[in-house]
Amino acid sequence: MTDKHTDGTGGQVEVAGRDSQVGVASAQADPVPDPGLPPHDPRPTDIDEGLEKRAERQVAGMFGLATLLILLSCVAYLFVDIHGTFLNFNASNFAIGTTLGLGLLLIGMAAVQWAKKLMADHEIIEDRHPVASSPEDTATVLSAVKLGAQESGFGRRKMIRNSLFGALGALGLPAVLFLGDLGPLPGNLPSRTIWRRGMRVVNDVTGEPIRPADMSIGQLVNAEPDVLVENEEFDSPGEHNLEGTALLNAKAKAAVILVRMQPRDITAYPTRTNWGIDGILCYSKICTHVGCPISLWEQTTHHLLCPCHQSTFDLANNGEVVFGPAARSLPQLPLALDAEGFIIAMSDFHEPVGPSFWERGGEEDVSP
Amino acid sequence: MSQPSTSPPKFTGPAKWFDDRLGLGTLGKKQLRKVFPDHWSFMLGEIALWSFIVILLSGVFLSFWFKPSMAEVEYMGSYAQLRGMHMSEAYASTLELSFDIRGGLLMRQIHHWSALLFIAAMFAHMMRVLFTGAHRKPREINYIIGALLLVLGILEGFAGYSLPDDLLSGTGLRIAEGLIKSIPVLGTYLSFWVFGGEFPGNDFVSRLYIVHVLLVPGLILALIAAHMLLLVYHKHTQYPGPGRTNQNVVGYPLLPVYMAKAGGFFFIVFGVTALMGAMMQINPVWKYGPYNPAEVTAGSQPDWYMGIAEGALRIMPGWETELFGYTLSWNVLIPGVVLPGVLFGAVIMFPFLENWVTGDKRDHHLLERPRNAPTRTAIIVTLMTIYGLLWIGGGNDIIAEQFSLDLNAITIVLRVLVFVGPVIAFIVTKRICLALQRADREKVLHGRETGVIMRLPDGEYIEKHAPLAQGQMWRLTAHERREVLADPATEDVNGVVNPGTRKQRLRARMSRFWFGDDVPKPTRRELEEAHAHADGHGEHGGHEVEGAHGEEPHELEPRH
Repeated sequence: MTDKHTDGTGGQVEVAGRDSQVGVASAQADPVPDPGLPPHDPRPTDIDEGLEKRAERQVAGMFGLATLLILLSCVAYLFVDIHGTFLNFNASNFAIGTTLGLGLLLIGMAAVQWAKKLMADHEIIEDRHPVASSPEDTATVLSAVKLGAQESGFGRRKMIRNSLFGALGALGLPAVLFLGDLGPLPGNLPSRTIWRRGMRVVNDVTGEPIRPADMSIGQLVNAEPDVLVENEEFDSPGEHNLEGTALLNAKAKAAVILVRMQPRDITAYPTRTNWGIDGILCYSKICTHVGCPISLWEQTTHHLLCPCHQSTFDLANNGEVVFGPAARSLPQLPLALDAEGFIIAMSDFHEPVGPSFWERGGEEDVSP
Repeated sequence: MSQPSTSPPKFTGPAKWFDDRLGLGTLGKKQLRKVFPDHWSFMLGEIALWSFIVILLSGVFLSFWFKPSMAEVEYMGSYAQLRGMHMSEAYASTLELSFDIRGGLLMRQIHHWSALLFIAAMFAHMMRVLFTGAHRKPREINYIIGALLLVLGILEGFAGYSLPDDLLSGTGLRIAEGLIKSIPVLGTYLSFWVFGGEFPGNDFVSRLYIVHVLLVPGLILALIAAHMLLLVYHKHTQYPGPGRTNQNVVGYPLLPVYMAKAGGFFFIVFGVTALMGAMMQINPVWKYGPYNPAEVTAGSQPDWYMGIAEGALRIMPGWETELFGYTLSWNVLIPGVVLPGVLFGAVIMFPFLENWVTGDKRDHHLLERPRNAPTRTAIIVTLMTIYGLLWIGGGNDIIAEQFSLDLNAITIVLRVLVFVGPVIAFIVTKRICLALQRADREKVLHGRETGVIMRLPDGEYIEKHAPLAQGQMWRLTAHERREVLADPATEDVNGVVNPGTRKQRLRARMSRFWFGDDVPKPTRRELEEAHAHADGHGEHGGHEVEGAHGEEPHELEPRH
């Protein structure tokens, strides 16, 4: 405890005194001693009664104006049309907000002005006390703890103590386990999408199926599997389109883009030579980085750019990464034509779409 | 005074009723006239506190109308462009709040602006604490509480802007899902537990809602209470100055000055955020549309405090490893999980790392000027530089577009700069601090430059220096004279060298790194010598330091 006091008191001198070279303490001492608190300087409002009165009027005036503005905000709430506009602002929002905001601001400014100009401004000195407990307190507490341990036998009855720890520790298990039903186990869900052999690739807005002739060179179409988009003309009578959560969950993995390039520009992997139709290729729209839908298409370079983190994929070269933080190519969906000449999928994707995950495995085939 | 019947005042009426039950008098005796020192930089934490109150108030208003449900509804409200569309109840109720509830849009915008302000103020407050050494003993725990508050505030903000279930917030959540999935072994499971199955599922709005309105705000409130209690217990730190010591605190009393100032300041913060809510649009969710996992808007940006995570994700190269058939996505794991952990860990551990180097066990209630702790200041600026560069990375597309620059070039430059920039920042900051120390020393020894040039009879030009007032001189020399730990190597009588333990040597090296370059403040003798030297010029009539002649240096007063 004692060093606690010496530590701080005249800290500068203290530290200087501890200097390594003996005998230079005085030379090392602070060049000037602490002159102490300067005398109090009266403010203009302390000595000039006129200024004091003026400050008083200012403070009261601001409080008064605040009252007026707050009442005005109520008037604005009641009488300004919520659908009206004022200078391109929402009129009601603007009227309520400015009156209320200015009112609040004036209350604050008045209070601060009051404190700064009129309240006594003598600086007060308060002594600090050691943060640590006093030796007497420490001794009392320690003996109380010791007594408690003795009277309960906490230290002595080890069997009770350890079994208590065991029971409390066991409680941790249900605390975690009981959250088990927060969600199902993943199984192979993350590796599959709703795409199946024969499913039509349709425009994601209109739901219309697409024939190769509908697409021009350089064109990109945002597409979905048939079951995700409603279209009265093309949906078969019994067709069940997904809705709600099921729809969003399916879309989150199944969204694709269809692009048409000059067939001579495309360099397909040997296994993928028959995955396109006349230069039309289909890729997952979900970025392999962290899963944003990719949408920025640069016709001339065949590059597709993710707007979230700027991963760039070369669609003429099997969707390989050209730049950015993505590590893997965009998965490609093999295409074919059905009897009516519409573009269909030949299978599901051959690898999991979207961001990587621990169990996604290598490049093995996950299609049914 | 002279009347014998005068007795001390007593509680009467309600005051007595409450005092009888709560003992308010004893509490008030200690706290009502509690002293707080005055400085603008002590206001930063106050902004954080008051903006949190504004968030609570506006948030309660919003909760009366917001429906935390992902059930699909057809929008029939008054915003024509979206009428008839299918969307979640959460999004529909956010539209209702924005267009059909009077004051709803105002409260939404106040809520959002004050949330941004809350986090910004906490950052600024933390910078102030670190730059001035307020994190030193005995305040380390309060510093950690503050750091936790900052992290909780960021989580709370992210949970909040994810609730409206619009296209932008959904995109943010999808990125969060990608981050979770990158965690080795458990990632996929965690993601399924968080979202109740596959993304997006129909659980996250109701789950995030309870996190946003109960769990995290509860923790924040509890930690704020602890932060305040410790502030009261430790008493506030103060800047060095005449009459301010490590044993006292000099300032104005809580009642009435700080009640008026701090209380008034709440209204100022509330008023400013209300004006922002009235006039500055923020998060216009109706423009983004309901969440659709197949869509995204170009140039989508998160709230400012998520910018650094976004930037780290953007500039990380695409590294991934296959390990026994399992996938490790370094490209997501490092920027999204490891980096925030390391940065936050470094910030939390800072007081302890610094303390290990300095070996300082004393209590510190006097703040340091940043220049007088050059290495610490340089480290903080280094961290800020990393933060700033990552932040720039988060906006690389916007920067490329606005300044017609090549996006990939910006990214590559940033990949290099995040390593080089901090080093440069460290060196430059430390040099600036040392230069300022030298300037201080110069000023104490030779006075301040007056700008008055004098020509001596022999043609020499000198600038007239004026001595500093004693208070000023004290302010420039009140900091500690800190010593580098001695080299542990010792030689015994036989000339055998004991190099000291490896730990001792490391510590001595670190100590030299920390304090070695410090410019020592002048000693009394040096000051005396400087003044004596200045007198030498007296023959020529050009006193460099007036009034130094034959006087005790500590009695120097400026002459007029």
